[in-house]
Amino acid sequence: MSAESHVLASPSPGRWLAGIAVAAVVWFLAYSNLTAFADAVIAALGLTRATHFGEAVHFFVYDTPKVLLLLTGIVFAMGIVQTFFAPERTRALLSGKRLGIGNVLAATLGIVTPFCSCSAVPLFIGFLSAGVPLGVTFSFLIAAPMVNEVALVLLFGMFGWKVAAMYLGLGLLVAIVAGFVIGELKMERHLEDWVQKIHAGQVDPTVGLNLGWVERFEAGWSHVRQIVGKVWPYILLGIGLGAAIHGYVPEDFMASFMGRDAWWAVPAAVILGVPMYTNAAGIIPIVEALIGKGAALGTVLAFMMAVIALSAPEMIILRKALKPRLIATFAGVVATGILLVGYVFNAVL
Amino acid sequence: MKDVKILGTGCANCKNTLALVEQVAREKGVPIKLEKVEDLPAIMGYGVMSTPGVVIDGVVVHSGGVPARAKVERWF
Repeated sequence: MSAESHVLASPSPGRWLAGIAVAAVVWFLAYSNLTAFADAVIAALGLTRATHFGEAVHFFVYDTPKVLLLLTGIVFAMGIVQTFFAPERTRALLSGKRLGIGNVLAATLGIVTPFCSCSAVPLFIGFLSAGVPLGVTFSFLIAAPMVNEVALVLLFGMFGWKVAAMYLGLGLLVAIVAGFVIGELKMERHLEDWVQKIHAGQVDPTVGLNLGWVERFEAGWSHVRQIVGKVWPYILLGIGLGAAIHGYVPEDFMASFMGRDAWWAVPAAVILGVPMYTNAAGIIPIVEALIGKGAALGTVLAFMMAVIALSAPEMIILRKALKPRLIATFAGVVATGILLVGYVFNAVL
Repeated sequence: MKDVKILGTGCANCKNTLALVEQVAREKGVPIKLEKVEDLPAIMGYGVMSTPGVVIDGVVVHSGGVPARAKVERWF
């Protein structure tokens, strides 16, 4: 590559900072004028919020930019944070950690370590081979897909910070406790034989530490294009569905069979969620629709966690490395944790 | 002839990486022998834990996502 094209490809940190400053100002201006924008759109269309249809359109043109703005901002920031936590580095941080503190650290690192969901098994084995205990590795593996920035932003945007914070806290708790329990059960011999024999070569634990800020900013931007580019149709669908049922369908439509009084609703939601497989964004339209119709929040969040954290395809991949009894234990422990979360949510809110 | 292996269990990112490497090599007119490694023990044997990974002539040059186009161009 020529020097010139390199300069073109990566502008100076100064230009990035200036660009980010401008973008931040535009972002805050846009975010603080969401209601005015929605009102203006309604007025321009000759609608009023007094009608069902006007209210639905207002809901849509208010929520869509709000969630997309939040998502873009948070995903950009997370893209930058993730450059500090390459899987190799996370592994080095967790290597040799004891159960307990190791589980807490692993679940937390699960939020900020980037990896493609299909890397779950290689990552799992890579961690074990570097001396990360089995239970600690599981905490990471459970937290990473379940507690992620897309799920948190969407919950925050649609249901407020309390719901998002509870999802974060309880999601971490499930990952920590489930990993701890699996570790205490001492199931190392239920790993497939080839896994027990593997010793990964030394990987540089400083990967990602020597990056410059330009590379980090670029990583943030590419994260935005990747994530927001992929999830926006689901978001439109989710908010559209929310808008459509906003004011039309009776609010307590689902309450009789997914309300908080139906004790069996939480286990049913978890069992229903396991064979389904989608990411956090794909599940949001369903969550929005269920809650909009009066389903209890704990029941719906348990469903969401079960869909994301426990999935049949993932178990089939994990089967290459784990013997059936360990897979069953993993599924059982995590499902129990999610059940408890569902009941706690329903009891508290 | 460069010997290029793409390590990955068959997800979308792995396929994208394969297509990108193939395309860049063709554009640059570099002859390569492209191979996809999907066997987990083999992938782990290279010490790669986040897929997709790229191995050129036995050396791991990339892992943990679809490589940037500029990076791929530097390989050929």
